[in-house]
Amino acid sequence: MSLRDGPLGDIKVPLTWSAAAALVIAVIIAAALLLTHSHDPVKTGAYDAARHAVDAVESPVGAALSAPVRWTGDGVDYVRGYFFAVSENRQLKAQLAQAHTTQDQLEAMRVENARLRAVLGIATNPPLPHIAAETISDSHGPFANTRLANAGADQGVTEGNPVISEHGLVGRIVGVSKRVSRVLLLTDAESRTPVLLVRTNGRAILSGDGGESPKLDYLRTAMGVKEGDRVLTSGDGGVFPRGLPVGTVVRGLDGGWHVALDSDAAPIDFVQILLFTDFSQLADAQALAPKELPTAMTEEPNPSIAPTTSAPVPSKLGAPKAGLLKPGAAKPDAIKAPKAKLADASAVKPSAAKPAKPHVAKPSATAGDAKPATAMADGDAKASPPAHKPKPKPSTTPYSDVPL
Amino acid sequence: MTATSGFGAGKSMSPIGWLGVPIFLCAVATIVLATPVRILGFAIPQPVFPLALAFAWALIRPSVLPPFVLLVMGLFLDVFWGGEPGLWPLCFLSTYAAVLAVRRLILGQDFIVMWASYAAATALAFAVGYGVMAMIAGAFPSLIALGWQYFATLILFPFAHRLVGRFEDADVRFR
Repeated sequence: MSLRDGPLGDIKVPLTWSAAAALVIAVIIAAALLLTHSHDPVKTGAYDAARHAVDAVESPVGAALSAPVRWTGDGVDYVRGYFFAVSENRQLKAQLAQAHTTQDQLEAMRVENARLRAVLGIATNPPLPHIAAETISDSHGPFANTRLANAGADQGVTEGNPVISEHGLVGRIVGVSKRVSRVLLLTDAESRTPVLLVRTNGRAILSGDGGESPKLDYLRTAMGVKEGDRVLTSGDGGVFPRGLPVGTVVRGLDGGWHVALDSDAAPIDFVQILLFTDFSQLADAQALAPKELPTAMTEEPNPSIAPTTSAPVPSKLGAPKAGLLKPGAAKPDAIKAPKAKLADASAVKPSAAKPAKPHVAKPSATAGDAKPATAMADGDAKASPPAHKPKPKPSTTPYSDVPL
Repeated sequence: MTATSGFGAGKSMSPIGWLGVPIFLCAVATIVLATPVRILGFAIPQPVFPLALAFAWALIRPSVLPPFVLLVMGLFLDVFWGGEPGLWPLCFLSTYAAVLAVRRLILGQDFIVMWASYAAATALAFAVGYGVMAMIAGAFPSLIALGWQYFATLILFPFAHRLVGRFEDADVRFR
């Protein structure tokens, strides 16, 4: 017997009521999803699995859709370049002349930088492995600002990996499938990034709000903020490496301080994903320092810089804090000075003596050494000036043999 | 456009016609506009297409199916755009509920009046989203970004109006 033939068969429910009932059920489901969703990026649930599945499907679709649009753009650029070749040529000549001057300045700075590094005997953050990826879809509404990159778990991407473009920090990975990963942009309302102001060494949290320029929250600086101040990642918390360029401080329409992102300088088509999750672990000395260190060659220390063994370390250079000491790097006398002091102290209090180990410090808070990690790594590769003949010095002693 | 002049007027209402095809077109349009391309330095606007459907479906006729279709479409947007699960379903369903409650007042009105009604319903959806995101993220989203997406969604009204005009009088029980 069907329901229609029963005693309830003649009851007719108004369609508006049934629609309202359906509406209530749907609202309850939506609210339950919203309330039960875990905001912990480490935990993954059914929603994350569904998102990964959609991302995996979206990847080829997005790539197929974006390709013809890019081809059209290239075609327009080609035609435009043809018509504007003369003016562009004049402009390029002017830029070339300016570039020569800049190149000379850069060369001088590079030499100076290499020399200072050799004197200090430090290396900066170790070079990080990274992979290049192409963004294939974009959402930029007020409630979600994410992108999909065509590199995933197969390429070694994990959640938390920072993402940079050629101009600066873009965001971090919040979801990974086999071949695609989702990037949470700095502008997303849920994005929080620890940053520092180069001029004042002030710290702040960069909070996305769905707009183009994220806000500077929890600003902590004694010298105030000025429009045009450069903003880098501070490395606090270990989510991002220290020194990645973020942007420039601007005054927002709401009167607060915002940051015009460097990554907005050009379309974010191609990005680099840094394959490292917890940057606070970079200061792990035991993981990085070999027991047998190779003999390091260094230049002759400048007498005006290198003090005697009893002299303190020049605090201006910030040697103990300036970065992660590279095990194979030179170790001039200037660095050894405080160890000599420690040796004196241990003579008085033997219990204070500890096994010698490389000095490993978190990146310093000084503005002077706040540089992009990539640039620092390049500088480190050229740390030994070729002009000086290597000379055996006490600094060639391996760390493990340094007496305390 | 009046219902009788529409090419679908007077025909039987199949769920595929008034629910399936529009939602499919919305999904395709959403995917296409997610292409990471800038025009003259600006990103492509991303209107919320299903809001036009939430408005139109509530006017066309009360039904059990639209809330669940909107729920599924909202979840798709959450997953596709990388937002919180349940955010867009709540926005769509709030719009649908509001329009369903006052559908007799809106039906038969002039084009401009209906557009104003659509603007109010869409504003309600964005207000719900704004409130939910403020609670989840602990910070208020940018009103400028919200305004841009609201404006991009407002200009979708002609599509909603066409959908209403095509199916409103298809079933005489709901005139």
